[in-house]
Amino acid sequence: MAIYDLIIIGAGPAGITAAVYAARKRMNFLVVTGDIGGQAAWSGDIENYTGYQFITGPELAQKFEEHMRKNNIPVKENEEAIGVEKLGEDILVKTNKSEYRSKTVIIASGKRSKELGVPGEGKFKNRGLTYCATCDGPLFVNKDVAVIGGGNSALDAAMQLIKIASKVYIINNSESLGGDLVVRQKIEAAGNLVIFNNSKVTAVLGDKMVNAIEILRDGKEERILAQGVFVEIGLIPNTGFVIDIEKNGRGEIKINDRNETNIPGIFAAGDVTDVPEKQIIIAAGEGSKASLSAFHYLARH
Amino acid sequence: MAKSVKVYSTSTCPWCIRVKQFLKENNVVFEDYDVGIDQSKADEMVKASGQMGVPVLDIQGEIIVGFDKDRIKQALGL
Repeated sequence: MAIYDLIIIGAGPAGITAAVYAARKRMNFLVVTGDIGGQAAWSGDIENYTGYQFITGPELAQKFEEHMRKNNIPVKENEEAIGVEKLGEDILVKTNKSEYRSKTVIIASGKRSKELGVPGEGKFKNRGLTYCATCDGPLFVNKDVAVIGGGNSALDAAMQLIKIASKVYIINNSESLGGDLVVRQKIEAAGNLVIFNNSKVTAVLGDKMVNAIEILRDGKEERILAQGVFVEIGLIPNTGFVIDIEKNGRGEIKINDRNETNIPGIFAAGDVTDVPEKQIIIAAGEGSKASLSAFHYLARH
Repeated sequence: MAKSVKVYSTSTCPWCIRVKQFLKENNVVFEDYDVGIDQSKADEMVKASGQMGVPVLDIQGEIIVGFDKDRIKQALGL
């Protein structure tokens, strides 16, 4: 089996930037990823990526991809990492399609939406229940919908839905809504919004499609009729394929300021790590750092 | 003859934008339905795919949910 200098897992802002740097250092490397663009491709409007005063998520993801393709970077798309382990001096990367050996690895696998973990969630996914308000929101014109969560992403979803749905419930498990004050004030002023604090969802109900949710509100069971359920309760890191690597309480991979993990030769970058602040521009910067660290590591070994 | 391709999408959905970009790059002619505006097309999509997530592609009767590049390529013979 050929041994690569570097394998990058993930092709979001961190993985793609790491790849561009690796190409410029003429490394013998490979990118293994399920999708291209990561969470950036899901984002709405972006106004804080330097050089672009305004760009949409899909457009920025497209620019990243073009930059990667321009460098003829070998990408294994639709291929998910399922295991990363150290074998002597090398690292074995297993995917759902193949196996590779490499001297270094950068884990840039990002985050995904957290699930509710209640009965009915799996059954009604895409049958009224969604994790992407930006995508599926417009399908709920004149319907009653429930947004689950109380942070910024929940507020963004609610903001979008109050304009089109007939009634919007926010089911929030803490005492009051979090998120940005400006957005909160805007949605609180809407006439078709009902906020249930201290509440959590216990089940998603329906026939073929969702028609209700069950909640526990201040300890009491209630049923709310809704044809749409928008789950916006945050994100979890994609680290299922790495067991031996040190993580923090949130499941994020611990790295030092050179993007090194506790395992020599394995680096990590972007939202999957414990780096403070999760931003596209930070993920991109971290990707470049990780790539340069891997390059220096290769020079030493 | 080219296969008939329908795309059911919403104006805001990132994957819809990308799937249409992909089709254009491959010179595939398609009909584009905005199911956020056209309720009858929304119903048609839900009936055909049995679900409410976008995008949905109807490639000569074969229903593909999401930007599933491999399946789209296969269905179109790309």
